[in-house]
Amino acid sequence: MVKVIVLIVGLVIIGFILWWFFGKHTVNAVSAESNGQTQQINIDVNGGYSPENVVLKKGVPAVLNFTRRDSSTCLDHVVFSDFGINQTLPKNEAQSIKIDTSKAGEYQWACGMDMFHGKLTIK
Amino acid sequence: MSITKRFWISLVFSLPMLANMILIPFGWMLPGGDWTQLILTTVVMVVSAGPFIKSAWASFTKHHSNMDTLVAIGTATAYFYSIYAMATGQPVFFESAAFVTTFVLLGQVFEERMRNNASNAVEKLVNLQAKDAEVLRDGQYVRVPLEEVVSGDVLRVKPGQKIPVDGVIIKGSSSVDESMVTGESMPVEKTVDDAVIGSTINSNGTFLFKANKVGDQTMLAQIVELVKKAQNSHAPIQKLTDKVSDIFVPVVLIIAILTFLVWYVFLAASLANALIFAVSVVVIVCPCALGLATPTALMVGTGCGAKMGVLIKNGEVLEAVNDVKTVVFDKTGTITEGQPKVTDVVGDEQRVLTVAASLEEASEHPLAAAILKRAKALNLTGQTAQQFQAVEGKGVQAVLGGQTAVVGNHKLLADFKFDAAMEQREAALQDAGKTVVYVGVDDRIIGMIAIQDVPKETSKQAIADLKARGLKTVMLTGDNERVAKAVANEVGIDQVIADVLPSDKADHVQALQKSGKVAFVGDGINDAPALTVADVGIAMGSGTDVAIDAGGIVLVKNDLRDVDRALALSRKTFNRIKLNLFWAFIYNVLGIPVAAGLFFAVGLSLSPELAGLAMAFSSLSVVTSSVLLNKAKIETRARVA
Repeated sequence: MVKVIVLIVGLVIIGFILWWFFGKHTVNAVSAESNGQTQQINIDVNGGYSPENVVLKKGVPAVLNFTRRDSSTCLDHVVFSDFGINQTLPKNEAQSIKIDTSKAGEYQWACGMDMFHGKLTIK
Repeated sequence: MSITKRFWISLVFSLPMLANMILIPFGWMLPGGDWTQLILTTVVMVVSAGPFIKSAWASFTKHHSNMDTLVAIGTATAYFYSIYAMATGQPVFFESAAFVTTFVLLGQVFEERMRNNASNAVEKLVNLQAKDAEVLRDGQYVRVPLEEVVSGDVLRVKPGQKIPVDGVIIKGSSSVDESMVTGESMPVEKTVDDAVIGSTINSNGTFLFKANKVGDQTMLAQIVELVKKAQNSHAPIQKLTDKVSDIFVPVVLIIAILTFLVWYVFLAASLANALIFAVSVVVIVCPCALGLATPTALMVGTGCGAKMGVLIKNGEVLEAVNDVKTVVFDKTGTITEGQPKVTDVVGDEQRVLTVAASLEEASEHPLAAAILKRAKALNLTGQTAQQFQAVEGKGVQAVLGGQTAVVGNHKLLADFKFDAAMEQREAALQDAGKTVVYVGVDDRIIGMIAIQDVPKETSKQAIADLKARGLKTVMLTGDNERVAKAVANEVGIDQVIADVLPSDKADHVQALQKSGKVAFVGDGINDAPALTVADVGIAMGSGTDVAIDAGGIVLVKNDLRDVDRALALSRKTFNRIKLNLFWAFIYNVLGIPVAAGLFFAVGLSLSPELAGLAMAFSSLSVVTSSVLLNKAKIETRARVA
């Protein structure tokens, strides 16, 4: 009897894992705040990036402020491979990263181990 | 708290439990028994493993998972089960939670160090920068910080000093050690009008130079920028790991649950044993090793290249190099010096050159420059020529010391006496692909000067190296067939495509691509389309900015042998990436079944502690293997064979 219950609970947990990690969960795109001259957005680094989907206006110099609150070594660098940026993120310190917005397109960023990802859309 | 601190705390509090484990057979037990273990492990869990749990939870709420998720679940399971076991009077395994935490942190401490090691090539380059400069201000040389130097400033460099920025020498001469920027090991002689590179070291002379590039425009700054981009670029081979990393952790969690269910429900193992297998599975897998395999090798490989003066722009290029079958060269400036030189003088050398130099002194023709250079090298001074006269389509004529002298092309032969011996020599020179200039005095041709854009000294060796690698070599040139063939024969090129219009170079490269991947080596503006079209574009560093932008690999020191080195380095790096990935995959593929107890029947199983140790060292070994790339020798085949 106990074993049957354990089996059912185990399978339910598996189902939950599948739904939680692989199910469709909408991620909202957040636009950077722009004052016409520059645009800025704060990105919180804690178990991933929030927001992790950032929209920038083309042609307006942009600054992304990353603040890492997570002590995981995985997140201690942020890499924009298209821009040649590999910035260390000391814990609890805002790090500004300037992005060249002259070319429209979608760009990925990732943590130093390529486990966490974020998306940058310039349009 | 830093990782190192967390590691030390974890270690100190785990040691008594280690002693307990080892000394139990000898009759020694930890005073306080399970209670002491509980307290020690609680400290480890809160202080050292706490951040793992926090991070895992933060990513969980975002529907993400990572390394920390696994460590957190593994250690928490062991910890909380042990508390339950203690309450119900069963055997505990607190030490597993503490040891796994210690090992994981140990791995991360090393890994962090190695990762810094892998990425410090750029830092080293930046540190080459001089801190200040001696600049001419209001008639006096004053020391100013580097940032205050502007383009157009006149700077003084004394022996042993670093040249602060890029520029051109206006007074003095010296030999300069450029190895740190170009990788060229021999000092280079520099005199007036020669370009100097910022951050290189002046050795014996004092000179003045005019700055023409400062700040982020200098060659060093550009190299740093290039290397940075390359080091963080994405290699296509990574796409696979990108996909795997997204599903890796959840899949492993599912496998762990299945492991537990199979052992507990179907194989009737005890709750404790079934849990141990599940925890081992969670702890042994290492998605980090997969994620680190490519970027670390790329970082070391491109950094290593920068040291040799071979700049590989990104991971894509590195991967493409691996399948290159044909190497196509532009001729002028790539295989050859790019500047015509006098190779032979027929007749009385002194007289012939003196006459030619006197007449060509005012000319700006490249052939004239070659003649003047040679005359200057032999310390011949021209006579004053009078009554200059251009002979339409043939050359120039003037009066030299009462005699009529003439210098020009073969059309002159119609009007002058030309003896048979000279005619023979002429044919030989032309067959060798040289341009012949005729020199006449009065009514006879007194001599000939053969001029050729000669191959660089290193070209022959470079081609031989590539051929030894089994690559086909092709030369593309706008020159005529005869000149092209002569150069090709001299350096050993397999195939010549001559009379190519600049605009057609890219088409020829495309045609060659039908029989395999093509690397194109060039330097001029007209090479840019071909550099872009080719699978791998290799630009000579002396070339135009356009060509350098178009190329995927830039050879800073303009030595054609670096083509082979670039190929060797790319291959080596790419092979290392493949090795890393193979190791990371195999490790996980083999590790999971062992940890899950699949081989329990034959006596092969892993405790969570050993699984944690294996995990820590798998990512460490990948990073170490990348760093070792630094030590790998880049050999050129021909010299080995």
